[in-house]
Amino acid sequence: MTGAGIVTALGLGWRKNAEGFRIGRTAFRHVTLFDVSRQRARQAAEVDLPATVLPANPSKKAAPRIHRASRMLLFAGQEAWKQAGWEPGENLPLILGTTSGEMPLGEAYLRKALTSPRSNRLQPTRMVHYQAQQCALELCNALGFTGPVTIIANACASGANAIGHAWDMVRRGTAQRVLTGGYDALCQLTFAGFDSLHALSVTRCQPFGAGRDGLSLGEGAAVLAIETLEHASQRHAVILGEIIGYGVATDTHHITQPHPEGKAAVSAMNAACATAGVSPGDVDYVNAHGTGTLHNDSAEGAALLGWAGARAGTLPVSSTKAGIGHLLGAAGAVEALVCLMSLREQWRPPQTTVEDVDPACRFRLVREPEDAKMNVALSNSFGFGGSNATLLFRRWS
Amino acid sequence: MVVTRVFINGLGAVSSAGWGLPALRAALENGAPLATQAVTRPGWEKPLLARLVPAPLERPAFALHPRLRRASPITQYAMSAMMESLGEDAPHVGTGALRLGIVVSVMAGGVNYTRRFYEETLREPSTASPLIFPETVFNAPASHLAAYLGAENLNYTLVGDDGTYLQGLALAANWLCDDLVDTCVVIGAEEEDWIVADAMRLFDRKAIHSSGAGAIYLGTARRDETLAELECVTDAFSFTGTRSRAESACRMREHLTGGGASELLCLGAGGSSHSDADEKAAWQDWTGARHAPRTILGEAFTASAAWQCIDACDSIHRGKFQAANVSVVGANQQAIGARFTKPGASLKP
Repeated sequence: MTGAGIVTALGLGWRKNAEGFRIGRTAFRHVTLFDVSRQRARQAAEVDLPATVLPANPSKKAAPRIHRASRMLLFAGQEAWKQAGWEPGENLPLILGTTSGEMPLGEAYLRKALTSPRSNRLQPTRMVHYQAQQCALELCNALGFTGPVTIIANACASGANAIGHAWDMVRRGTAQRVLTGGYDALCQLTFAGFDSLHALSVTRCQPFGAGRDGLSLGEGAAVLAIETLEHASQRHAVILGEIIGYGVATDTHHITQPHPEGKAAVSAMNAACATAGVSPGDVDYVNAHGTGTLHNDSAEGAALLGWAGARAGTLPVSSTKAGIGHLLGAAGAVEALVCLMSLREQWRPPQTTVEDVDPACRFRLVREPEDAKMNVALSNSFGFGGSNATLLFRRWS
Repeated sequence: MVVTRVFINGLGAVSSAGWGLPALRAALENGAPLATQAVTRPGWEKPLLARLVPAPLERPAFALHPRLRRASPITQYAMSAMMESLGEDAPHVGTGALRLGIVVSVMAGGVNYTRRFYEETLREPSTASPLIFPETVFNAPASHLAAYLGAENLNYTLVGDDGTYLQGLALAANWLCDDLVDTCVVIGAEEEDWIVADAMRLFDRKAIHSSGAGAIYLGTARRDETLAELECVTDAFSFTGTRSRAESACRMREHLTGGGASELLCLGAGGSSHSDADEKAAWQDWTGARHAPRTILGEAFTASAAWQCIDACDSIHRGKFQAANVSVVGANQQAIGARFTKPGASLKP
């Protein structure tokens, strides 16, 4: 990894996010983007996105059509691009994960179609620009490159799958470099959907807490520039860290609930370790999926125990969703970047919102900021429909 | 360019022609555009036109599965196409004897339940149905397919324009060649809804919305029942500020060889002079036979691209052609193509 860009409710860019994650800052507030007055839950981690400043350099024609999700993606993409020092190319793959693209535009399309069925004004623009591939193409255009665009939509594992797939491409020699990551913006449909499932917290998000009552949603984007060691070395690039493993498995237990023992999660972690050639004893930190729902956290706790065995008792684990919420399609990518930050700056991100840890979680939950000598970090991402993905990262030295 | 040695060992389809490959084949052989049906659009007296999937003659056996009783039409189409393509291999997946990869590609995806859920949210969010929401997620169909079969291996849902189906073929070929799975099924699926028909009208008033699914079952082992071989999938040439749709179509065409009377070109053209122009120009030198399934079946995005590939493979299998090129110059993302040959006739080592 030679470039990294990030946008979350903690701020725009590596430094603001690293400072926030380092101390376990939380960034939730009353939702302002849409009406939540008739919802059970009212909070989310919204990004403060400058209204007038566009992160990249779109054409005059394109600028008004770039909306919230794309703006976050562009900002993260540009930060990663600049840090990597890449030049535009002809055949540079872009692989992104998302669950809903620019869904607020899709919502606007339907509202207009229902309330003003005979007016087509702006409807074609909404229809084109809500689509995930359009957000990706806007990133290509802003950065001046072209290449195959792949959008993976494996629910909340999408961002991790995108990075894993990009890593596979580089490893198998299909591409020397790939721009990859994930993005998702808050939208009413998703918020109402999780609320309808009673999956949203009405108190505060406490992953692995004994008193947890659900997840909180967030939004953001993270983009990584990854390339072969040979390619990076040739151009004397600063190497930020190394992806060393990727594993996936499908949980067929239930569409919204994991198997209680987290069997697929264990398979994904084992597969990632096998590709990396590491064992649980080599892992210095786990960035858990840790949503804060009863079912996810108990299943992930069981999975971590099943995977790590005797190591589990001392294994440092935290969920950064406690601070920035669940970013859905962006979660895996943002959390990959958190692992990268942690390895590079040698600290573990705490989750400061947990008062009492669920006794079923038999690992060491990181609850206070701590500096640490770290070499390997693991990130879990699990999604609706049973998509389980694990990424492994190593400090570059 | 993805170079593979991958065989097509099964096909499955659900379309406006009916449930199953024979219905699709009959409609394509007949060559006449299928009849259209009216789709009611709220707020309009005049209905929109679409080519809808007819009700199945009998309830599919899979519909009794607990995960599939309330599943959306897109899942039912994908399920039927997949099971048809897998044939006798299906029972071996759940036992662990066969590592099956699943790739589902969608453009509009589960739009029916998504629209319904959002309408419920607008009316009264506190009563929006928790049963519907999970079906709105893009990978819901892929999840149901895996649950039905007990498939616990690689399972990706790709989102994009119609060319995404061919990206799925390339992805599956990579998984197979890397020995990550034993076999892989690649499905393109879309469902009908007035909101999609309404959106299509904004871009092309002659386009007819359609729905259904197509499935191709791939493996690295050549079998008695092997239908065709996947010779290659081209790179996906994205439409960007530095490369137009027309240029992308030409680049895709440059990567596909062949021609002559023994070969077929399966086009993505749907009958609109405006939308078809770039593809038509790219293939103006082609001297072999041409098929254009969308002009008969309607526009169903990734499912349409799947039907093109199915038509290509089925035509080769029935000895009508030695090889077939599939061309997709997509709606708003990419131009991408694939080449299928008679099994063993590939030029590859």
